[in-house]
Amino acid sequence: MQDLSVALSTAVALIFDWDSDLREIVTLSLQVSLTAVFIAALIGLPVGAAVGLLHFRGRRLVIAAMNALMGLPPVVVGLLVYLLVSNSGPLGELQLLFSPAAMVIAQCVLVTPIIAALTRQTVEDLNEEYAEYLRSLGAKPLQRVVTLLWDGRFSLLTAVLAGFGRAIAEVGAVIIVGGNINHVTRVMTTSITLETSKGNLSLALALGLILICLSLLANLAVIGVRDVAQRRYG
Amino acid sequence: MSLNGVTVKPSVTLAPPQLDEGGAAALLPLKVVELGFQVRGQALLEGISFELDTHATTVVLGPNGAGKTLLLRLCHGLLSPSTGKITWGRSSPGEAAARIAMVFQNPVVLRRSVLGNVTYPLRLRGVPRAQRRSRALTALERTGLAALAARPARALSGGERQRLALARAWAMEPEVLLLDEPTSNLDPQATHTVEELVRSLRASGVKILMTTHDLGQARRLADDVLFLNQGRLLRHMPVERFFNAPEHSAIEAFVRGDLLL
Repeated sequence: MQDLSVALSTAVALIFDWDSDLREIVTLSLQVSLTAVFIAALIGLPVGAAVGLLHFRGRRLVIAAMNALMGLPPVVVGLLVYLLVSNSGPLGELQLLFSPAAMVIAQCVLVTPIIAALTRQTVEDLNEEYAEYLRSLGAKPLQRVVTLLWDGRFSLLTAVLAGFGRAIAEVGAVIIVGGNINHVTRVMTTSITLETSKGNLSLALALGLILICLSLLANLAVIGVRDVAQRRYG
Repeated sequence: MSLNGVTVKPSVTLAPPQLDEGGAAALLPLKVVELGFQVRGQALLEGISFELDTHATTVVLGPNGAGKTLLLRLCHGLLSPSTGKITWGRSSPGEAAARIAMVFQNPVVLRRSVLGNVTYPLRLRGVPRAQRRSRALTALERTGLAALAARPARALSGGERQRLALARAWAMEPEVLLLDEPTSNLDPQATHTVEELVRSLRASGVKILMTTHDLGQARRLADDVLFLNQGRLLRHMPVERFFNAPEHSAIEAFVRGDLLL
């Protein structure tokens, strides 16, 4: 208990000091995760919308796969991306292993299915409601997609924020492909792992607090968005 | 044509089919020939033939499950007939669809403002941006919704939603308006407003084809009546004769208020 309170007060002091190491780690975490989520959204939103709207053979299988992939174990994704970008892998020539780019790829793989699956559900439900009216108005396929994405914007933003929550908090994938190299690929979760094993509990705790705050913020944003949407658009 | 003013119902024979200003072929007459619609071997509509050639208000009457909504959907081209043929003038329902507006029984309300709900179809139908807003606002004024223009549409009450659906259709300036039970579940005041709107649309030359199972509404709005029962068209006749001398036992029973089993 003594340890915890000492660590906690040191942690708070560290956060308020905001020293350059801490700043570097937090900044890299945000850079990696935000980039990953941005790319995942670029892929996941259209893919989800397409699967939600199109009828094709094996559609059920694709949906089942997307839903299953939402729960991908990060370490397995880390391993797969490792194999992909390591020197002997198919992307080996790009020399991405142990770089932030590799971490972005890994988180992107984790987050894309989440965004795609939630988008699919949103767009499909909305389409069920809107389809006949849009057909009556003579909406073309592209207009239909744009309408559904726009009218589903709050649910879709929720999906993206859920993806961000997943990306910023996972450790398994980034530690494998990033290697937790000081000043290069060290992010909050990997630092916590390292500092804890080194016994540097106060820094670990400080990072943990910041991480929890960020996750909390992301989730509050989700709730806030839903709330506003409910009030303004039913 | 003011909402509160007295509206005089013109006689049944209005403008004959003709070319409109754009030179496009007229949508009337609507010809339905031996129309049938089956789902998994079950005939929901069978052997329906009729012709509508005036801008009068035609009401499709009949008990629930008679196929009234289905008939409207087929005429709008939302569904394809299993047998028979529908033509609007020389056009197929699909070709005519862009000049027809339909108001559904449970209107879909987009997750946008009331105004946004009215400008949306105008955008889809290629109305220039500059005109959309003013046209939408006019339609909202006519339907008494102008004060709610900025409100989120999904917060509207049932009656307001129904009026919004009419405003949207009105703003599109269709040549034909299909209304599916436009006043079901509305209180008398809201029903009155909607009926006034239908009257003034008719007076401005819009062909109206609507369904209802409300006899009083048919009496108030219809020029002629299509009576459907169990997927078949029993009679197509002017409204006076329908109520006074229907010459059909099922219609007499329906007008009396009996259940048609």
